[in-house]
This record gives sequence, structure tokens and C-alpha cells, in this order.
Amino acid sequence: MDWIDFAIIVAKGGILVNAMLIAAAYMVLAERKIAAWIQNRIGPNRVGPWGLFQSFADVFKLYLKEDVVPAAADYRFHALAPVISIAVAITVYAVIPWSDAVEIGGRMISLTMAPDMNVALLVILAMTSVGVYGVALAGWSSNNKYSLMGGLRSSAQMISYELSMGLSIIGVVMIAGSLNLVDIIRGQSAGAWNVFYQPIAFIIFLVTALAETNRAPFDLPEAEPELVGGYHTEYSGMKFGLLYLAEYANMLASSAIMATLFLGGWDIIPFLDDATILGLEPGSLPLVLLQHGAFVGKSLLLVFVFIWIRWSLPRFRYDQLMNLGWKILLPLSLANIAVTGTVMLLLNR
Amino acid sequence: MTTPVLLFSLFAIGAIASAVLTITRRNPVAAAMSLVGHFFMLTGLYLTLNAQFVAAVQVLVYAGAIMVLVVFVIMLLNVGNEQHLSEKPGMRKTVGTLLAVLFAAQIIGVTTARPTGMTALPDSSVAIGTTEAIGQSLFTTYLFPFEAVSILLLAALIGSVILAKRQLS
Repeated sequence: MDWIDFAIIVAKGGILVNAMLIAAAYMVLAERKIAAWIQNRIGPNRVGPWGLFQSFADVFKLYLKEDVVPAAADYRFHALAPVISIAVAITVYAVIPWSDAVEIGGRMISLTMAPDMNVALLVILAMTSVGVYGVALAGWSSNNKYSLMGGLRSSAQMISYELSMGLSIIGVVMIAGSLNLVDIIRGQSAGAWNVFYQPIAFIIFLVTALAETNRAPFDLPEAEPELVGGYHTEYSGMKFGLLYLAEYANMLASSAIMATLFLGGWDIIPFLDDATILGLEPGSLPLVLLQHGAFVGKSLLLVFVFIWIRWSLPRFRYDQLMNLGWKILLPLSLANIAVTGTVMLLLNR
Repeated sequence: MTTPVLLFSLFAIGAIASAVLTITRRNPVAAAMSLVGHFFMLTGLYLTLNAQFVAAVQVLVYAGAIMVLVVFVIMLLNVGNEQHLSEKPGMRKTVGTLLAVLFAAQIIGVTTARPTGMTALPDSSVAIGTTEAIGQSLFTTYLFPFEAVSILLLAALIGSVILAKRQLS
């Protein structure tokens, strides 16, 4: 590895982290705008044209706010929890295949930090399961009963839904025959997207992704009528900002993973080969840029679905949440694996 | 010193340090989080040894599932700081210390007696660590042990359900 490779890696890291934080800040604005639209209000429209600079104003405000740590809190873990949350989110972004590799000056360059990773899917699952420490520690270290309840609820919820999430992916892995995300996308770009083969797995993954990111209707860890603010009740300033941004960053990451696994990743047109339809060279810069745009577009569409669901559905009760996770989603995902295996055996694929 | 050796040393030192912290911390959450740190250091060690699958599963299972349950239980019970042990040096402590010294002496003896030297990993080790390779050997060469472990786990699963449901019947 010479210094140019090293510089490319550093540049990609810088682009990804900054794009992620700006995207998360703008998703907060999108959430408020779409909520306003659904509720027939106007929404934020004061800062900049159509309120577009609202995100910067929000983040700037959080920077300037006083950082209050409760006297009885465990200050070390209180400071560690937001760091864990945002670090886990960033790690997942390193694995997501944002774009295909394109040859520039004799080097294959893609926007992914770790392209062609053999165990990429396992890394994503591992990181989502580690993400629970951020929430659990935030709840515990605040030394506040509402925070603790929020942290406990979140841990229980994430442990329960992780299983179904992992099992729902197995069908896709069986079809692709690989845990490598780039291979999974290549398997879909020639034929039909996985959502046509695995519709049940897609729905299970969508529901579990909502639960893993603590989004409504699974936002019991921060149910404001019962728990004030849940695990981040005792947070203020940029620590609160980091927890908040991590939540939105995770939402975009889940959407990108869903786009990769089920919606063909960077494939533009389902059932057909992009390169021949558009008349572009496979692996050429214009095609890769178009495909990157398609990938981001699919991810943002799924983010819109997340927001849409939040402002349409009421929150689950705790027993309903557990019943749905253990008695419906888990058996359904197991049945999905059995059916997928049987069909693949019969079709002799 | 080459990069893999440097990384290996870094992770090894980190692993030992976090393992020591796990034992010495009085606060149960701090001890549990040190153990999580230890598991991450082990993951790094596995990666330097080209064992990608084991590394990912190490985080997924140990750090992501088992330790989350441990932290969950600690929070649920709201365990306070551990009290200082006021145990007098008795038979148990003496024998334990002797065994520990013996073990340490043995490790030092074995590692210094025949220095194996630092050899680079063979290129074939990359292929051994992949998910495909591990799956292949699990379902062909080691099929019987694999199934035996599955039955053991199933028995444990049924046992825990029966223990938890005892009051209902």
C-alpha cells in the first residue's frame, strides 16, 4: 500500500462521516417537514429558504447549550454512552456498499470503506447488537428511574427483535450464496430483486428495523407520556445531540441495508441489465454515478417510509411488542427459511 | 516490526489490560463493560490471524448477545458496588495462590524454552477463515460433533423453558 491508497482511504472516511452527520441532521428536518405535511401544518420555514438551514441552526444550538450532568450520575458512562451510539453507527456505514468500484488511474475505487468484505453482513448484525450498549448505558448511568426504564425496555426490545432480523436475512443469504454485500447486489442486478423472492423476509426485516432503531410504533424506550424522554432524559447539549443523530444515522443505515439486501442495491432497473439499457460501459464512471444515485434514492425512499409509519401508527403496548416479536415474527422467519430451502431444493438451484 | 505483529501486540496488551480491569473493578457495570472491551480486543486478535468469521461471530454472540444480557440483569437488579472481601488467608487462598504461581511458571517455561520465532501466516490461512470454509468443514468433517452440540443446546433450551414455566403446571 503506497501513500495514494492511504490518502484515498482517509478521504473516503472523511466523506462518509461528514455525509452521514449532515444526512442525519437533514433527516431531522425531513421528519419535521413530513410530520407537518401529514398533520396539515406548515412546519419549520423560518431559517433560510423553506427552512432549509434549520438543521444547522439546531446543531449550532445544541453545541452552545450547557452540558448538564446529574450529580448522582456515573459521569464516565454518562459520557461514554453517546460515543458508543455514534461509533456503532459509523462502523456500519463503513461496510454499506454505497457504490460500485470504478477504475480511475489504474486503481479500483468505490465509495465503500471496506468493499468486498467476506463477512460484511455479519459485521452489520454484530454492530446492531452492540448498539444496545449506548442506549442501555445512557439509561443506567443517568441514575434516573425513567432513564433506567427506557434503557431496560430498549435492551429487551433489541434482544427480542435481533433474532428475527438475523433469521430474516438468511433467506437472502441462501439465494445469494454469500455474506458479501457486493456479491448480494451482483446476484440481484442480473435478474429480479430479492424483494420478489423474499417478500415475507422483507416485511420482517422492515418491522425489526423499526424496532432496532427505536422508531414508532416501537419507540417504547422513549415513550414520552410514560417516561418523559426515556434513556436520554438526563442528557443535554451535544451529548443529547449525538444520541439523537445516532438514531437518525441508524435509520439511514437500516434503509441502506434494506436497499442492498432486498431492493437490488445500486441496480437501477429491475429484471434487466442496466448497462445495456442505458447504453453505458459496465463499470464506467457515468454508470457508477447513476447507480450510486439509485442506491441513495432507494435508501431515502425507505427513510420516508420510516417517517411515514411514525406519523401514522400509534405506539404498541409492551405486551403487544413482545407477542409480535416472539410469537409472530420469530416463527414466521423460521418458516421463511424452511420454505426458501425447500423451494431451492426443488428447483435444484 | 511489521504491521501485523504491531497490531497483534497492541490487541494482546489491550486484551490483557481489559481482562485485568474486569477482575479489579468494584462497580459491576464497569466490570461488565471491561469484559466487552476484552471481547473486542479478542476480535482484533482473530482478525490479525485471518479468522474473519470467528471475529464477526465473537462480536455478534459474546459482545452483542451474552454481555448485553449480563448488563441487562445487572441493571434490572440494580446491583451496587461489590464489598471488599474480608476473607482471612486460609486453605483455599493458599492453594489457589500456589496453583496460580505454578501455572504462571509453566507458561513462562514453555514460551521461553523453545522460542518458535515469528513466522508469517501462510497465504492459505485466508481461505481457512472464511464463512464458506468453516461451513464446509462443519457440515462434512465435523458433522457428528456439530449435531451433538445442537442436541445439547436443544436440551438446555427445553430445560430452561421448563425451569421458567415450573409454577404454571
